[in-house]
Amino acid sequence: MCGIAGILNIALDRNPGESVIRKMIAFINHRGPDGHGFYVKDGIGLGHARLSIIDIEGGQQPIHNEDKSIWVVFNGEIFNYIELQESLKKQGHKFYTHSDTEVIVHLYEQYGDEFVQHLNGQFSIALWDTGKKRLLLVRDRIGINPLFYTEKNKQLIFASEVKSIISALGHSPRLNSSALDQLMTFWSPVSPNTVFEGIYEVSPGQMIVVENGSLTKKNYWDWKFAEPDNYRTGTEQVLAEELHDLLLDATQIRLRSDVPVGAYLSGGLDSSVITSLIHNHGGVPLRTFSIGFDEEGLDESVYQRTMIDHLNADHSKIQCSNQDIADNLISTIWHTESPILRTAPVPMSLLSGLVRKEGYKVVLTGEGADEVLGGYDIFKEGKIRQFWARNPDSTFRPALLKKLYPYLDISKKQGAVYLKSFFGAELERPELPYFAHIPRWTTTAKCKEFFSDDLKSTLNDDVMDTISQSWPQQISKWAPFNKSQYIEAKSLMSGYLLCSQGDRMLMSNSVEGRFPFLDHRVMEFANSIHPKLKMKALNEKYLLKQAMKQYLPPSIVQRYKQPYRAPDIPSFFGTNPPEYIKELMNDSSINNAGYFDAGKVSRLVKKIERGRAIGYKDNMAFIGILTTQVWHDLFITNYQKNFS
Amino acid sequence: MSVKDKVRGYILENYLFSDDPSALADGDSFLDKGIIDSTGILEVIYFLEDEFGVSVEDDEMVPENLDSVDNIVAFIGKKQG
Repeated sequence: MCGIAGILNIALDRNPGESVIRKMIAFINHRGPDGHGFYVKDGIGLGHARLSIIDIEGGQQPIHNEDKSIWVVFNGEIFNYIELQESLKKQGHKFYTHSDTEVIVHLYEQYGDEFVQHLNGQFSIALWDTGKKRLLLVRDRIGINPLFYTEKNKQLIFASEVKSIISALGHSPRLNSSALDQLMTFWSPVSPNTVFEGIYEVSPGQMIVVENGSLTKKNYWDWKFAEPDNYRTGTEQVLAEELHDLLLDATQIRLRSDVPVGAYLSGGLDSSVITSLIHNHGGVPLRTFSIGFDEEGLDESVYQRTMIDHLNADHSKIQCSNQDIADNLISTIWHTESPILRTAPVPMSLLSGLVRKEGYKVVLTGEGADEVLGGYDIFKEGKIRQFWARNPDSTFRPALLKKLYPYLDISKKQGAVYLKSFFGAELERPELPYFAHIPRWTTTAKCKEFFSDDLKSTLNDDVMDTISQSWPQQISKWAPFNKSQYIEAKSLMSGYLLCSQGDRMLMSNSVEGRFPFLDHRVMEFANSIHPKLKMKALNEKYLLKQAMKQYLPPSIVQRYKQPYRAPDIPSFFGTNPPEYIKELMNDSSINNAGYFDAGKVSRLVKKIERGRAIGYKDNMAFIGILTTQVWHDLFITNYQKNFS
Repeated sequence: MSVKDKVRGYILENYLFSDDPSALADGDSFLDKGIIDSTGILEVIYFLEDEFGVSVEDDEMVPENLDSVDNIVAFIGKKQG
């Protein structure tokens, strides 16, 4: 990956200052420390920070076409660039580099805006057509690579990270309170919002065209599921083989690199699949990396060891302690540029640090398998709730939830009543697209009880209306399981896992992640099959297991799925609590920021200090409030210090 | 301090994070108002056992005993009586 930044003077009457573009790039140097490049002409300035992975010698950006009429800066990888290069050469295009970037300008020449449909990859692109005075900002199908923009004083300012945009704004940013309202319900703002007022993301699967002074948005790709009477046909065996072959190719093209490629190995099914494919077919030595936790319930070292032995991998591991979480939270928020509700991104930054230290700058991971092939507990929860909704008076049906949440089994009678109060929400409306998500969103939204009256007074929109309006009309025709997949992929995955916990944590140490499960061919195949092949009864990722079981140890295929989590509240209230807790969570700091009710926050902190905060609600509220305070401190209170 | 005051104070402090008595009526259902969920009830039971020296049995963990300040006060009265 890399970092890109730029400014377009929409009237094209003057050039942006190159020094401003250089400053923007300096703020995202961590994304591309191997070289910087600039283009300033005809009213536009483009900048690029390079992480050199393909065509080390010749791949410097910006890159242009034969007659220098089309220029591009690009963050990401085009994995099918070899095939595209061959095809474009046959059509007469002349290449001056061996880089994947150059196919973009020639594809645009050849196919116009449809060029993006030819790309298999992860990308954010800024392409400038000098003839038509036309700027394209394009982001990959699902938002692996970030791209943000804002408009100010007839300028369009865009960059891979918000901090780069802030450096060009000339004033301190402000909180978008509606986006915080959304984040504290869905875990991320609803695209295109960010928590910064007036700063937006280019949505996943979107192209923004700026031409003749106007800005147009085009959505070129979205998750689209087969309707119930139109699922892909074929026996389980045939479909499993098809999935295997697609995954193999998705993995192999993601090994294309002029530098060594490693892989994450968590001990779960998904990374085990990817590492097995590399081991069996990659033609490269298998180098793996993992993270371990002191807390037994979070640690997966036993399964990691099983896979390391199975694959004879050259493995490195980093151990993450509660102290590590506390020590690295502030730098993590500098990179997420957003509050978070759990500390899980922090260890991911430590892990990418290990990768970089070991001399690697590219890793393949199993990210996306749960969304694409149906692995999450929330899908099981939705399935059980759908089953229950058919007979709401049943006591047997909700009892299946205890399979997912054993702690619910307090007593038969109590269990039934309290289960119904929580998991039985909207049981009479199973057709709701977000039916499976109601319990999670209801719990998360409890964080908002800590909002200050001032912040509440600024909230005019119902978050449910906002998110519902972002879904396509055809969602109502999809099976309940697919509705849940869509919502999970669009909210949690694109809005949080791929950015706060993904790109940002990898890039904080100049490491590129590649995700074979998120190859659009794999996604489109998975979206076409019957949901029961994704989850058979309550057996998650069923077809993936069928496709890969012969290559994996049975203990990995059959293991209970353990969600990735990191220590939360205990990290901040141990023997050596970080100073910033007192500084940022005291009444004065809370009141100065103005987002939360100081009295309520103080009571929450006291409850935690008494050791009485045991629920998810308190945990999420504390981490959400703390990281919002850290965010405020970094980007607003210390704006002068951090951006001057 | 009466049992009712202690229970009210506990719920206000730990679930509503508030010192405003008007935020909770004695008859308010914790479930209906979304104040306490299935994990939160564990905390309430810890509190009752620690504070009032009672032991809450499995079959007593029902809304009739635990779902409002009034219900808890009556339940504690019954257990202590």
